[in-house]
Amino acid sequence: MTNSKIVTQNLNLWYADFHALKDINANFEPNKITAIIGPSGCGKSTMLRVFNRMNDLIEGVKTSGKVLVDGIDILDLDADLVKLRKEVGMVFQRPNPFPLSIYENIVFGEKVHSENIKKDKLDEIVEASLKSVLLWDELKNRLKESALRLSLEQKQRLCIARLIAVKSDVLLMDEPCSTLDPQATAKIEELMRELKNNYTIIVVTHNMQQAARVSDDTGFMLLGELVEFGKTQDIFTAPKDKKTEDYITGRYG
Amino acid sequence: MERHFDQELKDLKQEILKMGAFAEEAIYKSVEALKNRDRELAKSVVDNDSNIDQLELSIDEKCIDLIARYQPMANDLRFITTGMKINSELERISDIAVDIAQRTLELIDKPLLKPLIDIPKLTSVAQNMVKMSIDAFVKGDIELAKKVLLSDPEANNLRNIIQKELTEDYMAKDPSSAPRAVQLLLITRFLERICDHTTNIAEDVIYMVQAEVVKHHPEKLKE
Repeated sequence: MTNSKIVTQNLNLWYADFHALKDINANFEPNKITAIIGPSGCGKSTMLRVFNRMNDLIEGVKTSGKVLVDGIDILDLDADLVKLRKEVGMVFQRPNPFPLSIYENIVFGEKVHSENIKKDKLDEIVEASLKSVLLWDELKNRLKESALRLSLEQKQRLCIARLIAVKSDVLLMDEPCSTLDPQATAKIEELMRELKNNYTIIVVTHNMQQAARVSDDTGFMLLGELVEFGKTQDIFTAPKDKKTEDYITGRYG
Repeated sequence: MERHFDQELKDLKQEILKMGAFAEEAIYKSVEALKNRDRELAKSVVDNDSNIDQLELSIDEKCIDLIARYQPMANDLRFITTGMKINSELERISDIAVDIAQRTLELIDKPLLKPLIDIPKLTSVAQNMVKMSIDAFVKGDIELAKKVLLSDPEANNLRNIIQKELTEDYMAKDPSSAPRAVQLLLITRFLERICDHTTNIAEDVIYMVQAEVVKHHPEKLKE
């Protein structure tokens, strides 16, 4: 019996005739940050999107194999997608707050998932969520302001807070810092380290230094295959596969 | 794909090779000075030490610069960190050659205690180990690195023979020989220390090439 939060078993995915993920077998551990690295088009974002079935929206997508989240196969046609997307939330490259107030952004998910929720409860959720992403002190007097007026870094934190508000267990992050400056990136990375105590975090990144700094485990993907997966320290100091070594030392291509 | 970084690494390797050549030369000259009672040669070893110190600093600086600017990973990272450690070992070896030269300068003023037979043998073992360890680093040759490690017992054995002879045949029988015998004992100890530094280099080379730590794990060498 595994304690892994997410387990993929012979996961394959095709976009029509294009074989985008090939026999992926990996375990993603709870309370750890796992980084997925690899060149553009290697399938890393595709894999991330499988974990909350976002690829379902794309025409012609076909999958085989299993993706177990807490032991339940989410590729099963009967899987409860609303529940899945509540538990497995995603943060995107460009922060995408709704054109609503800061407060409404945070309670949006909770309102969708539970009806007739009391204002006091919502206030609690907003405070706790903003505290989790270290935004409460900055924003507690600006909750009615539009979220679109926040800085990029604040917007990204707000998007993470939105997931925390609906009690996601897994945070999927697709290039979460690629639009941020180094200082804002450092702050998001610190936040990731804080959050991993309570969440399973999987981050896709082109920034190898970020993967090396922030993650516990790292997977290297190439042409749809998971070439190597292991402890971050091992991958970045002593990778086993020549292809991994060539990529992380910049010799690939 | 050849990277600009590759050229930087080649330059670094050349500098470390130069450091190795300096160390080899310092050992050779210090023992030649002892054998031939050559004061000028012994002095030249002492005088050249500051050049070796400068080169050590410049190699360290280069390594830190490469880490800061390129943030190397995997084999590149192992090459640079190993290079830094080997640089430091080579500087220590050169310092020991200076120690030998200084003992030699003191011995030159006194009559010869005995013909030198085993000390040149130990010197030759030490020089060979230095050469092999640097070659192993430059070529990334694990077998050569292991050969260095396997040579260490020979050095220890020679040291024991010399120590026994000097203490039992000279110091015990003729206490007036002690001041000269002690200098020779020190030189013997210095040469054996040089061999120990080369085994450190060899262990670092094994880590650099196959990412395996054999330092303090002798059992891994038997595998």
